[in-house]
Formats: sequence, structure tokens, C-alpha cells
Amino acid sequence: MAEVSLKGEQRVFMTGNEVVAWAAVAAKVDIIYGYPITPQNEIMHYWTRLAPKYGKKFLQTEDEISAGFATLGGVIAGRKAFTASAGPGNVLMQESASMAEMMRLPIVYVIQQRGGPSTATVIYAQQEVTLTTFGGNGEGHRVVYSTATHQEIFDYTIKAFIVAWTYRFPTFILGDGYQAKMREPLTMYDPEARGIKLVKPEPILGDTTPGKQFKHIRNTYNTEEELYDVVMSNQRDWEAMAPEIIEWDEQGCEDADVILLTHGIVSRAAKGAYDQLRREGKKVGFFRPITLRPFPDEQLKKAIKNAGMLLIAESAYGQLLKLVQNALYGSTIELVPMLRPGVGITTEEIIAEYKKL
Amino acid sequence: MQEVTKNDVLQPPMPSCWNEETKPHKFCPGCGHGIILKALGEAIDELGIKDKLVYGCDIGCSLLAWDFFAVDTVQTHHGRTTPVITGIKRANPEVIGIAYMGDGGGYAIGSQHLFNAAVRNEKITVILCNNCNYGMTGGQMAPTTLPGMKTETTPYGRDTEQTGQPTRGPEMVAAVAPEGAYVARGTIANVRQLKGFLKKALENQVAGNGFSFVEALASCPTNWRTNAKQTWEFVEKEMPQYFKVGELRTPQAKEG
Repeated sequence: MAEVSLKGEQRVFMTGNEVVAWAAVAAKVDIIYGYPITPQNEIMHYWTRLAPKYGKKFLQTEDEISAGFATLGGVIAGRKAFTASAGPGNVLMQESASMAEMMRLPIVYVIQQRGGPSTATVIYAQQEVTLTTFGGNGEGHRVVYSTATHQEIFDYTIKAFIVAWTYRFPTFILGDGYQAKMREPLTMYDPEARGIKLVKPEPILGDTTPGKQFKHIRNTYNTEEELYDVVMSNQRDWEAMAPEIIEWDEQGCEDADVILLTHGIVSRAAKGAYDQLRREGKKVGFFRPITLRPFPDEQLKKAIKNAGMLLIAESAYGQLLKLVQNALYGSTIELVPMLRPGVGITTEEIIAEYKKL
Repeated sequence: MQEVTKNDVLQPPMPSCWNEETKPHKFCPGCGHGIILKALGEAIDELGIKDKLVYGCDIGCSLLAWDFFAVDTVQTHHGRTTPVITGIKRANPEVIGIAYMGDGGGYAIGSQHLFNAAVRNEKITVILCNNCNYGMTGGQMAPTTLPGMKTETTPYGRDTEQTGQPTRGPEMVAAVAPEGAYVARGTIANVRQLKGFLKKALENQVAGNGFSFVEALASCPTNWRTNAKQTWEFVEKEMPQYFKVGELRTPQAKEG
């Protein structure tokens, strides 16, 4: 693997999984707990090569359930900790994610989506959107960033630890097999040298100072009213946080007749289509949610005001579509879905779909 | 341990690491959990490790111990206490981690965690209450239900042709744990011995030797539907016939 100095800035060329490992070092992560599943394996491979050089730790567990819960243990002990998974592993991770939601534990998950349902493919998909955004039991609250480039993987992995430890909600980086495995250039940097303030973690339990006040932390409640108060308190915190962290990208929506709506790596194909169609004089717009949860509802509503049609392209059968329908309830804009479950989407294919309209 | 008097009424002596505010505890009359936790409390007191503890509770009746001790405590999910305490200990080795669970949590839904934590020789202490059934959910068959024993899911008695033989947990752990592990089975019918086992299991972690595991045979009269005499006979006479009490592994290499 390439040796990267995180002092100053450095241009590098590497896979997305390697970027995650370096971003974790830059974010001052202490420990990773993991279990192998393609296409996220190299996150662990690179981390285990880096760990001894940077005084970091790693534990390979017996399954993803254990990886998720051991990561919660790391977080409870007051360490920046994360785990990574995909597909059926992401399903198993959801149990720990729901405990994190109830107990407000700042765990970070990196999910590199693969095909589904079941074992399906190890290659690529955007079919883990619903699972990753709403995978817990009960009304759990979580933050989900959908990245599109290796630069974003670096930036948002660092950001995920800041957001998790600031607001105490579990935070997901949602990538995919393409982003995990392909190489592309990006700039790595020391976030603090750029003025990005990292959050220092603190022990939730296990402060070993003699005479300290003990703490009991819970996820079980005895009465309906008790639970209601906890869930509603989390809901209020969530609503207060959402406007501060919602992120999206949009271009040319003001005068567009048709807006291309995509997320993650498909948004790069859509951006290519947008640029080309604009050059041809077509009135198209580009909209991309970066936080899939909280979803940029208001921003999307504003962006589509003058448009007549939304072309929604995703490598899944309607998971982004569902988020959009929910956000736009009451709007009469025509939705044109371009649904390709588990299959990549190119600029040319989006242009061809646009031209059919 | 001290005698506590409140309202001029003499209170029973409690270990000082107990959380007095939550006493009397929430377990059923005749339940074995309280006896295990008293032995554990005395062991913690004698070792003076209260401030370093993180105590993890599984789901089931063991969850009722979530506010039992005046020590840092985390509730987890059913079967997941072993990985949570493992994660804490790996992240901060100064902590003394205890995972407290029942036979369902340790031998059924969390058996992969128990097995692999033992194989990796995690420097944690796992304490498991074996009362031959799932108590909290209303008395279903557990991995430890004895042959022929009636439960809600074996109403005609456990048929070992259909459901296999009861799990011998300490024997399994002893078979897979590396050098340095401590493994024992105690019983609430011999509290002095049980306390000794629990103390050794904690000392083994403090010394950094390896994985420590103690199973405690315990009573569940509510679900067994037994009176005091029958309950005690079952704990004292019947259970040890299948589940042999004693130490299975001690870290002799370091002691010698």
C-alpha cells in the first residue's frame, strides 16, 4: 500500500476501501472491529497494516453481530470506533445499530453496498438504502451519508465521527462496491490543519477514576409512558439537529423542465448527463441528496418548484424513489423512475432515458 | 459488608458494592440470581475493584440486575453481552469487564460469542446462571433443560431424541479456551465455594491471564412450579448429577 503523510496535503491514487482506512487515521479513530465480507474487506486489510504504525487496534470478531456489538463496547469505553460491512452483513449489523439508536451511542458504520436480496452479488448495488436508513426496530434515529467520489469518502468518513460524537446518533457512510474497489485520485489532508475541529471522545462507562459516580445505561423500559418520553426526546433532538447537518447538491434546477434525481455514485452519471444535455441546450436540472437521512425534503421541494418532471435513476428497485415520494407528498410533479436493481447506470443510459420523455 | 439499619429495623448485611436503593431486588422469591449476585458482590468487595468494573447485563431475568450494583452497568441485547464487554475491554484494558447472562443468552442465542471469546482468550469474566429454563419469557426449554424435564415448550418432558442433550457449558469452554483460562461450575447450594470461584474468575482477569467463566447452578421455583423443599432438592441433588460442580480449568502455568 502507498505510504501517505497526513501532515499537510497529499495527492494520492487509491481504492475507496483504502481511503476509508486513511480517513479513519486522519479522524483519530482508535479501534476497528470487523468481520470479512466483500466488497469492504480491504478496509480491514489496510487498517491492520496501518494500525501498529499509528498505535491503533483491531479485532476480527466471529460475525457481524459481534462486530457491531463489540464496536458499541469500544464506543461505550470512550474510544472512536467503527465497523464496516455489506449486504447480509449489513442485515446483521442492524441489531447493534438499533441499540445505538436507543442508547444514543456514537458508533460509525461504513457500508459498501452489494447486490441483494440474500447473498446475490459481491459487486455493486444501491439496494441497501432502505436497510441502512431505516433498518432498526422502532423509530430509531441515524445519520446516513451517501458518498459519490473517493474525495467524499475521505471527507465524509472524517465528518461521520464528528457528527456521531457531537449529536450522539449512529452514523453511516453508505458507499458501494464500485467506490470500494476502483482507484481514483483524491487529496488527503490533516483535518485539523484545515481548521476542521475533531471531537474528542469521552468514556460513557468505564472511567476508572477511584470514587467516581457510577452510571447505569439502559435500552429497556418498563412502561409505555417511559418509552414514549425517551423516543420523543430523541425525536426532538433529531429534529433540532437535522437542519444543521442536511447536505445536498443541485445544479440548474431553477429553469429546468426535467430534473435528474440520483444519489451516490449514480449521481456522477447523472452529472455527466446534466452537463451534456445542458450543452445541447436542454433545460435539465441536477439534484442529489447527500444525507439520505435526514433527507433534504424542503430543499428538494424548493428545487422542483418550476419543473414538470423528476427522472429518478437508481441501482435498486425504488428505494430512493420511496424516500422521494415521502419527501414530495402532495406535490403533483410527475415522477419517472429508472430502476436498475443491482446494475450500474451510465451517463449514456440516463441521456437515452431522458430522450424517451 | 456491613449491617445496615433503617427505621430502627435491622437490615440484612449487604455487600458494599450493591446499590442499596434498588433493594430488595426484583427477582422472584426463591430465585437463584440473588444468591449468585450476593456471592459476586462479596467477591468484588474483597478484591476492592468496584471502581474499575463495567458490568454488562444480558436480556432475560439477568437483566433485572441492571441496577443491582453501584458500579457502571450497561444493558445489552439477548446474547450480546459477551461482545459488548469484549469491545469495552479491548478498547480500554484497564476496565474489569463482567458479562452476566442466563443459559439461553450464553448457550443458545449468544453461544457463538461465548465460544469465540473463549477461543480468543478474551480477558473478561463471564458469569452464567443455569436454571434449566428461560425464566423471563415464561419457562420454555433452555439448552440446559434436563432430559425429561417439563417446560412450556416440552410439556410432555424434554425428549432428547428430538432436542438433543443439555448443554454442558463449562466443559465446552474448558475444551476450547487456551492456557490462562479459568473455568468453573458452582452452585447456589454451596455459596462459599461459588464465591471462591467467582473471586478466582475476577482475579484471573485482573492478572491478565485469560478468559474466565463461571456457571452457577440456580433455582427457578416460579417456572419449575416447585415448593421450597422440591426446589432445593432439584438444585442440590438433581442438577449436579448432570452438571458436575467444580473447577474445570485453572491457570496453573502462571501459578506454578
